[in-house]
Amino acid sequence: MARAKLPKNINQIEEVRIDTDILIIGAGNAGCFAGIEAKRVNPELKVTLIEKAHIDRSGCLAGGMDAINTYIKKDRTIEDFVRWSRSQAGGLLREDLTISMAEVLNKPIEEWEEWGMPIKYEEDGDEYKTRGKWDITIRGAEMKVILAEKTREVGCEILNRVVFTNYLVDGEKVVGAIGFGVRDGKLYIVRAKSTLIATGGAAGLYKPYQNDGNDSHHQLWYCPFNVGTGYAAGIRAGAEMTTFEMRWCATRTKDFNGPIDTISVGYKTPMVNCKNEQILNTRYAHLGGDAAPRFIRANLPMDEWREGRGPCYVDTTHMTPDQIRDMKMDYLNERPSYVLFLAGRGQDLSKEPIEIYGSDPYIVGGHTASGYWVDVKRQTTLPGLYACGDVAGGTPNKFVGGCAAEGLLAARAAAKNAANVELGQVTVEQIKKEKERIFAPGFRQQTVGDGVKPREMEERLQRLMDEYAGGVHQFFRMNKEGLAYALRHIRMMKDQMQYLVAKDLHELMEAHEIIDRLDVAEVLVHHLSYREETRWPGWQTRADFPEKNDEKFDCFVNSRYNPKTGEIEMFTRPYEQIISGDRLKA
Amino acid sequence: MPPVIDKEKCIGCGACEEICPGDLMEIDEHENKAFCRANRDCWDCMACVKECPNGAIETRIPYQLGYYPAKLIPKKREKEIEWTIIDINANVEKLIVETRNK
Ligand SMILES: Cc1cc2nc3c(=O)[nH]c(=O)nc-3n(C[C@H](O)[C@H](O)[C@H](O)COP(=O)(O)OP(=O)(O)OC[C@H]3O[C@@H](n4cnc5c(N)ncnc54)[C@H](O)[C@@H]3O)c2cc1C
Ligand code: SF4
Ligand code: SF4
Repeated sequence: MARAKLPKNINQIEEVRIDTDILIIGAGNAGCFAGIEAKRVNPELKVTLIEKAHIDRSGCLAGGMDAINTYIKKDRTIEDFVRWSRSQAGGLLREDLTISMAEVLNKPIEEWEEWGMPIKYEEDGDEYKTRGKWDITIRGAEMKVILAEKTREVGCEILNRVVFTNYLVDGEKVVGAIGFGVRDGKLYIVRAKSTLIATGGAAGLYKPYQNDGNDSHHQLWYCPFNVGTGYAAGIRAGAEMTTFEMRWCATRTKDFNGPIDTISVGYKTPMVNCKNEQILNTRYAHLGGDAAPRFIRANLPMDEWREGRGPCYVDTTHMTPDQIRDMKMDYLNERPSYVLFLAGRGQDLSKEPIEIYGSDPYIVGGHTASGYWVDVKRQTTLPGLYACGDVAGGTPNKFVGGCAAEGLLAARAAAKNAANVELGQVTVEQIKKEKERIFAPGFRQQTVGDGVKPREMEERLQRLMDEYAGGVHQFFRMNKEGLAYALRHIRMMKDQMQYLVAKDLHELMEAHEIIDRLDVAEVLVHHLSYREETRWPGWQTRADFPEKNDEKFDCFVNSRYNPKTGEIEMFTRPYEQIISGDRLKA
Repeated sequence: MPPVIDKEKCIGCGACEEICPGDLMEIDEHENKAFCRANRDCWDCMACVKECPNGAIETRIPYQLGYYPAKLIPKKREKEIEWTIIDINANVEKLIVETRNK
């Protein structure tokens, strides 16, 4: 397909104007379920999705999945689920949100199966096959394709290859969104009665250690094309954000950065250090052993390394040949190239275990609690804007099923709102300003012909965050002075944004990816600096405040960018317990 | 990780360009063959490999991470994918994963 060239000046930019009842930004997992649900609530509604990639293979699910980490089985209750999720998050989560999500958690999963996604059953019954306590095993290689088919079938309008850049606002109210076509170079101006953000989390804020300057720059666990645009646009519009400091750092396959739960949870392989000690059950028995919270599990191979007991492994040498074959099948469903990686090492897992290591940190509200501060209907603090999936905060341990379930909840509220409001007004100045902001790097390339390439700025940010804001090379540790240094340089890079150049539309997209990452990184560093304690070792380790401080910090740390002053304001919100019991125990 | 294009097999159909979540695959207008605009930005999701009707795309592990010449080749059928795995010692394994229940 011939691709459009960059426009030469502002007057050359073709505008596409669309009015819709509901606009969904990001046609990933949560976004597609939201679209389907909005059409179910009211088939008369015009529902439009904009997607920077192609709906068939976009976001986290592009490569497929082998498990759904949260499903409530017959003999379990919502209370059990909240207790488990709460303990995994070190006792801090929005219980109201977790309860409402749990109420609809199973629905999207069962629907997926109805639409064609194979799910394994227990050999002796009608229950889905269990992996861990709350996980089920699926055959999800084509799950995104199946979901996309359904989204089209119910009559949603889908705009592929449209990159969302900012909200359209009317005062404080969000009245739609704006973006550009990465293939056609057009400006898309979409007015909506309700706007729903579902752009996923943020990858690429930190340097992954596999990045040695050649072909493995995007050797990430999380989808590298989700860069946190949803957070960034919300920050710029003054939305309240929560808990960015609770970063997702996970135990992953060393060098490949592949998910490790498949093997450690799915096949109960123990984590061992180089002395062949079972790390969890010996050194971490006091924190729950095998049932220790996720951050402990993520941090321990790193602590072992730091203390001279690395490398660490998941010990596969006791697996049977059948188990090894099944495990490869699981990876072929989720991350096929992992099987290639093993082949590239000539590795026989019955003789040689899988080495593990920490990942670069991510901001992912579907795993930890970072994202928009929302109410129980999933409305953000900006009227007219709803958030779901990885971009919404407060509810850790959502994963695939929970992000989808939140899509349903957000769509219901958005549909209700759309029935009661009119389309908002958008000023000419607002559109002109954003148009200039979007295309500036392209114009600079054509007029000045020199400046900073998006890639250069991205690599600078990633190294900065890695070294000064607790990346994997610092074993996730950070202190006040390092964070202040990171902030200073993030601000310098924000000043440098004016020098960004883009030679085509793809690079223009990359320019906005780094602009958005800078906004997310700035807020993240503010959050990391504010929490003067260590609440989740690994996810958030303050070397200068190694202890937990419940008196001051048993609460949510929130932030809001003040568009008038340009400052990020930090404050706290109280934790509210609804489900009784010890918050640190499942 | 880099997708390697077999130019003999590629017919320039554009399926890989259509699908890549990173907007990385393009068709060279003069040659009418696919190329990846930035190997370093590939997520190795293998969406393009699965989509290619002619088996013209191979995913390669960067040499820093895995050795030559391991291969992983999918063959997509209506409700399953047959994967052929060839490791660096030329051991071959075939695995079939189910993709649709109906
Ligand atoms: C490799 C991997 C393995 C995982 N394994 C599991 C597992 O086994 N079990 C489990 O339960 N969970 C797993 N997860 C987590 C789970 O997949 C995610 O938490 C969940 O699917 C996220 O859903 P989402 O809709 O929020 O994001 P996504 O599905 O990623 O959707 C975000 C969408 O927004 C689009 N987008 C982004 N920016 C823009 C923009 N500027 N303009 C327009 N569109 C944009 C993206 O292209 C994408 O389509 C895994 C995740 C990954 C990456
Ligand atoms: S493997 Fe995925 S990210 Fe890489 S070129 Fe193919 S479709 Fe694009
Ligand atoms: S899908 Fe295959 S045949 Fe078609 S353009 Fe891409 S590489 Fe060539």
